[in-house]
Amino acid sequence: MSDVAIGHGQPFVRKEILQPEPPPASLVGFSGWARQNLFVGPANTLLSLFCLALATYVAWIMLDFLVLRAVWTGANREACIGPEVGACWPFITTRFGQMLYGFYPAEEHWRPATVFFVAVALIAPLLTPSAPYKKANALLFFVAFPIFAFVMLSGGFFGLRPVETRAWGGLLVTLVVATTGIVASLPLGVLLALGRRSKLPVVRFFAIAFIEFWRGVPLITVLFFATYMLPLFLPSGWSIDGLLRALVGVSLFSAAYMAEVVRGGLQAIPKGQYEGAMAMGLRYWPMMILIVLPQALKLVIPGIVNTFIGLFKDTTLVAIISIFDFLGIIRSAFADPNWATPGTVYTGFAFAGIVYFIFCYGMSRYSRFVEERLDVGHKH
Amino acid sequence: MAESVVDASELSAAQKPQISNETAVEIIGMSKWYGDFNVLKDINLKVKRGERIVICGPSGSGKSTMIRCINRLEEHQKGQIIVEGTELTNDLKKIDEIRRDVGMCFQHFNLFPHLTILENCTLAPMWVRKMPKREAEELAMHFLKRVRIPEQAKKYPGQLSGGQQQRVAIARALCMQPKIMLFDEPTSALDPEMVKEVLDTMVGLANDGMTMLCVTHEMGFARQVANRVIFMDAGQIIEMNEPNAFFANPQHERTKLFLSQILH
Repeated sequence: MSDVAIGHGQPFVRKEILQPEPPPASLVGFSGWARQNLFVGPANTLLSLFCLALATYVAWIMLDFLVLRAVWTGANREACIGPEVGACWPFITTRFGQMLYGFYPAEEHWRPATVFFVAVALIAPLLTPSAPYKKANALLFFVAFPIFAFVMLSGGFFGLRPVETRAWGGLLVTLVVATTGIVASLPLGVLLALGRRSKLPVVRFFAIAFIEFWRGVPLITVLFFATYMLPLFLPSGWSIDGLLRALVGVSLFSAAYMAEVVRGGLQAIPKGQYEGAMAMGLRYWPMMILIVLPQALKLVIPGIVNTFIGLFKDTTLVAIISIFDFLGIIRSAFADPNWATPGTVYTGFAFAGIVYFIFCYGMSRYSRFVEERLDVGHKH
Repeated sequence: MAESVVDASELSAAQKPQISNETAVEIIGMSKWYGDFNVLKDINLKVKRGERIVICGPSGSGKSTMIRCINRLEEHQKGQIIVEGTELTNDLKKIDEIRRDVGMCFQHFNLFPHLTILENCTLAPMWVRKMPKREAEELAMHFLKRVRIPEQAKKYPGQLSGGQQQRVAIARALCMQPKIMLFDEPTSALDPEMVKEVLDTMVGLANDGMTMLCVTHEMGFARQVANRVIFMDAGQIIEMNEPNAFFANPQHERTKLFLSQILH
């Protein structure tokens, strides 16, 4: 029941408080959604149709090459020769072991495989908010697991045959470099960011110098320097493992980037949060760990994951110092005359692309999940 | 106007608890500068335990800065501040000691948005006083009941109204069981509908004998609970008197002008 239109000079008193009504049909359901989002006016409609056509076209090309025209079995290049042949999958399947482990001795493949499964078994519950025993889990992953992985992969203990890091390769190296870089760069980056905002001039200067130095040089230079020039500066008889040098280089490099991402988050925390914490008697570290960092890091999750993804893909640059990571192994396989066909290179890169995409998109989705989970619907 | 003053004084006389003779806060010849700017000039103030001081004045007069010096959120450069017998210096231990005894509520509440109401209240007791979790939670619920908001304990600050948030902030400060409470314009950021619930909480606190220093423009509150009202301008204390005399018969020209502006 609606009141009469309110006119000039007429007093008005509402007699009945209105109850909410359901929205009109044009707002609900798929058709309502499409009308409001895809087909608003001619320009929007045209753009929607164009994008739809483009997406269909690209999807069709990929489906055609990767599935419809693809060869699925075969013993050598003969299987994949022909004008209408798409992806040459037997090239991937016959070299799959090498793509996973590089030149790691075949009879020892169970060792990296075990490390991989233990890693998954530890990471999966760590990333699942509802899984119990978070503290023990974290302790196992961040302290016990690196030791376990080192012993298993390098060998030389408990009767395990030593395997030099030069023989490591493939996805194994990619994951070792990326995981180490990710796990080391976040805490280092946080410390550097705090250092850069410190009131102590010496700490601040050191943090700024470190960050600007590592951000100022290309990763390739860092890896090159670590591999070929560092030994010249070390006392004779000293040598540091090549992979370890790459690991340290990658970690410090991404720590500098991480520091700037985290600093962005720290700057977004209002002064009132510090004052609220200080007024209750919290000192610097409890204040940072309990109040400031949880909020700052949450704000910059997209930036942090962005850096992680960049780092994951930058691991391919270790090729420059003759470490055969996943992409490096695939590229080296192109030289195999047994599989030299016109489609081999495309197949190899398509496969590499798919694998890198799965890891990076996985990180991206997980970061969205964490963002949504931590969103408690507040402003400062 | 005159009538309400008389009413308020009768009411407050009946309610005002005893003031002890011991000193809670003593400020002697304190001055402060921001760079070249002399923001506080020769502040002298003695607050007894159980006393309730209301500080008013135009914006930029240094009233907030003054109370923020008491728990060292701001550093003073000259003079002395003695809180519960401890003089504030650069000694971090003394600053910690004083902050444990002095609670503070801010204009913008400064609750921690990533923690629940209960966690906001238990944080300092657990990390500063090293209280076991269960005990801290009991204490927090006690004070949340006192500010009449226990049912919100599991919510996050962002889900509460401004008035509720400020009451939580009061409870959070009380959980440290402070001897002195500082209020820095606690109702200035609130919607008009919510001012009263916060003021009522503060009146309750005053009636329980808490030593309070409040920067506020709520003159009704000043009349009802204050023992003394301080008027500040240009970084100095211009006038200080008990509320009835302060409002009925201001002495300084600047005070008269200020009161005529806010008590229309």
